[in-house]
Amino acid sequence: MSDSHISVQDVHKVFQSGGQDVHALKAINLEVKQGEFVCLLGPSGCGKSTLLNAVAGFSLPSSGTITVDGLPITDPGPDRGMVFQEYALFPWMTVEQNIAFGLQIKGTAKPAIQAKVDELLELLHLADFRKRFPKDLSGGMRQRVAIARVLALDSPILLMDEPFGALDALTRRNLQDELLRLWTELRKTILFVTHSIEEALYLADRTVVMTYRPGTIKRDLVIDLPRPRDVASPAFNALKKDLGQLLMEEQSRLNQDEFRAAAVD
Amino acid sequence: MKSYRRAASGILVPLVALAFWQLLSSMGWVNATILPSPMRVLVKWWAYLRPLEAYDPAQMSHLKWVVSGELIQDAMGSLYRVLVGFFIGAGLALPLGLAMGYSKLVYGLFNPLIQVLRPIPPIAYIPLSILWFGLGNPPAIFLISIGAFFPVLMNTVTGVQNVDSIYLRVGRNLGASRLTQFTRIILPAATPYIFTGARIGMGTAFIVVIVSEMIAVNNGLGYRILEAREYLWSDKIIAGMFTIGLLGLGIDTLMSRLSSHLLKWHRGLEQA
Repeated sequence: MSDSHISVQDVHKVFQSGGQDVHALKAINLEVKQGEFVCLLGPSGCGKSTLLNAVAGFSLPSSGTITVDGLPITDPGPDRGMVFQEYALFPWMTVEQNIAFGLQIKGTAKPAIQAKVDELLELLHLADFRKRFPKDLSGGMRQRVAIARVLALDSPILLMDEPFGALDALTRRNLQDELLRLWTELRKTILFVTHSIEEALYLADRTVVMTYRPGTIKRDLVIDLPRPRDVASPAFNALKKDLGQLLMEEQSRLNQDEFRAAAVD
Repeated sequence: MKSYRRAASGILVPLVALAFWQLLSSMGWVNATILPSPMRVLVKWWAYLRPLEAYDPAQMSHLKWVVSGELIQDAMGSLYRVLVGFFIGAGLALPLGLAMGYSKLVYGLFNPLIQVLRPIPPIAYIPLSILWFGLGNPPAIFLISIGAFFPVLMNTVTGVQNVDSIYLRVGRNLGASRLTQFTRIILPAATPYIFTGARIGMGTAFIVVIVSEMIAVNNGLGYRILEAREYLWSDKIIAGMFTIGLLGLGIDTLMSRLSSHLLKWHRGLEQA
């Protein structure tokens, strides 16, 4: 318990949707250790993004507590940097302005901001693009900038909401490797939402499989494959098959729900 | 090569129209008082543009002499009213629009009144404006301000209301205060809308200045073409109209250049 960095205790989240209560999260308990890379895996509607948003402080739980280093979360904050699926770069800022923004808010001195921005541009291979606007960057480049923007905060925790979901397979793998390199170098605690089994197995120390409505934890699985991981190895594929089965059960419940909703229409 | 051909094809229709117009006049098909020939309009235009008196260094500087012609004086008069009116109207609309877009409370307070006043065309304020401000620049500037006010206001409100909530979430995640959220996120995110409103407002201001000069002011391009009618100077009327058109085009081009320069980050303008 004492080495736990993020602690989620008996968290429930209930939404109102179409006059009905939707139990998005139900009795979630999760302990994430310092420096651990945890993936939240499940089909859409399983509450994995809801849980991430609760940790981020965007949408607090209906009941239960979430603490970071023992302190309860009340607000979003730069100690938990978030990377969004839609990149969410500020289009009116250049690459370097986007990266510097968090530091300016913090009130960091100008030379220190410049040094940090230079360092991050170098670290994420963005130096040639520093003066570009987001519209002139590819999806992969934009997500690099978004990661750099969050790293600038030096937050001990990185929250990532399907950050590579919109990217093509090669760019995706490339950024996954990049993220693993950064994680090894910077020793961040990462909570990473994905619906890709392979992504979870490739990245995570631990994969938490969630159920479709109500969102509960179905399986909390330690992935002890040696790194760097070989996606073609028998061990990797055995795990992939197991997780695939777990996920298909939830996916079919989602499908049933959707068919039922369509039938009502 | 392509742009050369496009320019060539763009000039074709005006040339044909001009030739047709000249033909109408040369053949004597229409009364020259009703429709003078393009040549006569051009000659009148030049006379309208030229300084009235010969250059006399003792009287004024060369520059002052060059712009002393009636047309340039009229154009400057109209432009002055447009700019002052626009900046008053837009200057009032911008802060109110930002407040209404940002705060539901302010929106709820002001929106009903705005919705009632907005459909009243600025022209309909003419009687009141003369009653309140008499004749001359003040009523004209008042009318122009009203013309510029509503487009800037409505677009600013929409711009602020349509700021993608993801940007605000990022801002909160980075620890931005409400003030920082407003100045560094909401304001820049709304600028494309605000500039669109300013461009429409400037267009309206330009329409209103001509009308108001026909009624309340005794100089400016609008006044001049109405005055020319009293003398049956149809050539001067048409010369004045073309001047109004060119000036309007110039202002709009300037506005659009300015906004695409300031909004070069904006995705919608990539091809512009």
